Amino acid sequence: MAEFISLKEGVSKTLKKGDTVCFEGFTHLIPHASAHEVVRQKIDNLTIIRMTPDVIYDQLIGMGLVKKMIFSYAGNPGVGLLRRFRDSVEKGWPNKIEIEEHSHSAMAHAYEAGAAGLPCAIFRGYMGADLKKVNSNIKKIECPFTGEELTAVPSLKPDVAFIHAQKADKKGNVLIEGILGVQKEAVLASKKSLVTVEEIVDTLDCHPNATVLPDWTISFISHVPGGAHPSYARGYYKRDNACYIEWDKIASNREKFREWMEENVLKVDADVFKSRVENLREDRYE
Amino acid sequence: MNREYNSDEMMTIAASRALSNSDVCFVGIGAPSAACNIARMTHAPDITLIYESGTIGTAPNILPLSIGDGELCETAITTVAVPEMFRYWLQGGRITIGFLGAAQLDKFGNINTTVIGDYGNPKTRLPGGGGAPEIASSANQIYITMKQSLRGMVEKIDFFTSFGHGQGNENRKDINISTLGPSLLITDLAMWKPDPVTKEFTVFSIHEGVSKDMIQDSCGWNVKYSKDLKITKSPTEIELKTLRELKERTKKANSSQDNRL
Repeated sequence: MAEFISLKEGVSKTLKKGDTVCFEGFTHLIPHASAHEVVRQKIDNLTIIRMTPDVIYDQLIGMGLVKKMIFSYAGNPGVGLLRRFRDSVEKGWPNKIEIEEHSHSAMAHAYEAGAAGLPCAIFRGYMGADLKKVNSNIKKIECPFTGEELTAVPSLKPDVAFIHAQKADKKGNVLIEGILGVQKEAVLASKKSLVTVEEIVDTLDCHPNATVLPDWTISFISHVPGGAHPSYARGYYKRDNACYIEWDKIASNREKFREWMEENVLKVDADVFKSRVENLREDRYE
Repeated sequence: MNREYNSDEMMTIAASRALSNSDVCFVGIGAPSAACNIARMTHAPDITLIYESGTIGTAPNILPLSIGDGELCETAITTVAVPEMFRYWLQGGRITIGFLGAAQLDKFGNINTTVIGDYGNPKTRLPGGGGAPEIASSANQIYITMKQSLRGMVEKIDFFTSFGHGQGNENRKDINISTLGPSLLITDLAMWKPDPVTKEFTVFSIHEGVSKDMIQDSCGWNVKYSKDLKITKSPTEIELKTLRELKERTKKANSSQDNRL
């Protein structure tokens, strides 16, 4: 049964130093508020997993909380490179993180295998690609029926999954709408999960085929309106593209980055997210 | 309207012309996305555009900044989860064209978007492959678009993020890839196709007003030309108008938001 809890308490109850954790979201519904709470609680030595590590992973890495990252595309989408990630990999600041790099297809298959309770994922991938040479977790496997050579990667089974969603009902069933990414798979693959939501409603009132995570698949739910900003929540607020462009400048300099984190993450709490999306509310634009 | 155009506009428009109504196109962000949407807004209104965020048959009115902008989902026929996208739609063989950009490209259409220098001790760490390694082998054919530069078009790439024609000739078949691979390269200066035998990219059409020297000076390998070399027609008024209006709408949409993070 999902327990409703404050984000601060939820994070401290789910995530421990040294854990393997994912904050999933494929451009849409990225759990920024949860990642910022982890930064405030200084939970470190983490192995972080994400298909598309972007701004929050740049922040976790830059704050020195990360030991290893498993990923398939480390960029600021539509803007360019991740400056803090680069500084870590290229210059070892604040520490040189270990990386395990995959393709999107491999990561998506690996989450699905994790959710399915399988030890590995099998797919047709990495043909002629050099990642096979630098990542020992990419292996060949032969189809026992056709003899076709396929690829296997270990399934992803994080200790904790953080996701953001539109709604939870009062019982704790969670609705995700729009671009779904791998959030459902990530929650089902993980031992524990925390979902931040825009809204808590009496009933979800959704299409019979909607993507709903039943309350018993989730550990904790926190009500954090705006918790995905500057990512977006379909039906609630738009993506703050200008912020992603601005991040490139902030992250380009170590001191500027630390100052920004101090002012905008360490000195505030999860309540600020609500005000950050005020000017991005969907009804202001339609 | 001002009919003067720049080489970026020529590149996008030349790329858009290569697409047709019957294509099912897996769209990379940036230059490929602009070209695919210009095609849809001009001569190929029925083209199916798919972005790896799971949006199928999408028709955005502005260019998305990322592959998962809300505009893509709102205008799509359906939006599927990312594992389904890669399993049923890409790996399942339903994509006719994968449209990619490249940081580094060699003459056989192999692409590097992973790292400049040594992988373990990189000079420049790039974002990585994302969907590209499997797009390159699962889409029926690959179109590539990029601006020419000596840094970008090189004799030897530092890392094979996605496999094109490998070392040339029948290298794809040798490693059991059954799809066609890179079949078209559109740069800001010319259009290129692989030689039918060697698979080396060969210029078959030079954009109007461009010289062979300009093409060679911004390409790291020795450029070859096909025998019946053509001139790429300059953009039409309607093509330019469509592209500029799209860029204007996009710019307006991205600057109307505030800067707090």
